[in-house]
Amino acid sequence: MSDALLPEVMEVVRFRRETRDTFTLDLDARPRGGFRFAPGQFNMLYAFGFGEVPISISGDPLSPGVLTHTIRAVGPVTRALGRLKKGDGIGVRGPFGSYWPVDEAQGKDVVIVAGGIGLAPLRPTLYSVLSRRKAFGRVCIAYGARTPADLLFARELEKWRGRIDVDLEVTVDRGDADWRGQTGVVTKLLGRFELDPENAVAMLCGPEVMMRFASRALEGLGVPPARIYLSMERNMKCGVGSCGHCQLGPTFICKDGPVFPLPRMTPLMAVREL
Amino acid sequence: MAIESLARSLADQPFCKELTQAQVEFLAGCAKNARFAAGEYVVREGQLADAMFLIRSGRIAIESHVPTKGSIQVDSLGPGDVLGWSVLLPPFRWHLDARALEPTLAFSLDANCVRGKVQADHSFGYAFTLRLLAEASQRLAQARLQQLDVYKAEVG
Repeated sequence: MSDALLPEVMEVVRFRRETRDTFTLDLDARPRGGFRFAPGQFNMLYAFGFGEVPISISGDPLSPGVLTHTIRAVGPVTRALGRLKKGDGIGVRGPFGSYWPVDEAQGKDVVIVAGGIGLAPLRPTLYSVLSRRKAFGRVCIAYGARTPADLLFARELEKWRGRIDVDLEVTVDRGDADWRGQTGVVTKLLGRFELDPENAVAMLCGPEVMMRFASRALEGLGVPPARIYLSMERNMKCGVGSCGHCQLGPTFICKDGPVFPLPRMTPLMAVREL
Repeated sequence: MAIESLARSLADQPFCKELTQAQVEFLAGCAKNARFAAGEYVVREGQLADAMFLIRSGRIAIESHVPTKGSIQVDSLGPGDVLGWSVLLPPFRWHLDARALEPTLAFSLDANCVRGKVQADHSFGYAFTLRLLAEASQRLAQARLQQLDVYKAEVG
């Protein structure tokens, strides 16, 4: 894209409801020759008449003809995006930001820790890793959600659970009487993996407090802090580090992040005023 | 299972990792194997807490019955976890229900027997109580994090 501040109109080709408040939009990227991105990057999505929001790309980087975002309706813009239908247009700027260290993880155990909607930005990583599965050691996924009804990508979770070369653990904060899975926080899943912690790369995405506790648990297991990566979230507006809305200390989440190695974030997360 | 082989199996449990071999053998005198079918209640809220369990395989849901909502799962336990660490504390009643979600094997430790051994041998009692405290501390930290309800949507 020549002008990073100029949205490009793209057409919705599919709308899927994932949970009560979360949906996935597939956009047609074929007319522009495909949309290339790295797992972990995000786009600014413009719901005409409502405004722009930063949304991580949740689709397969190996299928550039479709650009996929999974969105939780929590405000006016995301609710407007949730009313789109097949054939509607939205504005797209991007891709922006840093990405998950998929190449660095080759030859190592991969630990994916996702909480809530945080599974969406990590899904492209899983597609990448699983497309060349033999290049990696163990692949361990820990996913936590609020309730069983809030679990994203239920069909894919079942598919990954069925793979002999993937360790998937799912937990919810509160289960109902029909829930047969695990209940409790995502951090308690981490000790269940048979990892080589010194030779592992961990990628975390979810509420910041969850990532704080999960990164401590991973450090406790022996994963080197420099190989623990977090996807941070702040109020992004321009996406290119000009407006300062997403500034966190000396960093701009949109331009320097959203994916950071833990040692860069630890001192900043400890500052309560930020 | 003879006490010796029970003690060997008990020693593999994470709960017993920091106990000496002699202490594990001492504890094995209170242990027997327990098996629960999927759906079977291991303990019921309000009943006498007459045993604690070290889970060997399977999964157990910790539940509370909420009128109009039914049973709500607040935690689940799996291999290596401990159920019933409050058996040392009066009034020796279960606070919540525990139900096997799948076929589950556990070591059942008789509560009276454990309480007797903790009283009889204070060195064992200290080591045992320290392990229970570590378990309780970890579970409390997890419960506090759970209480934050971090996945709740923040309306913007």
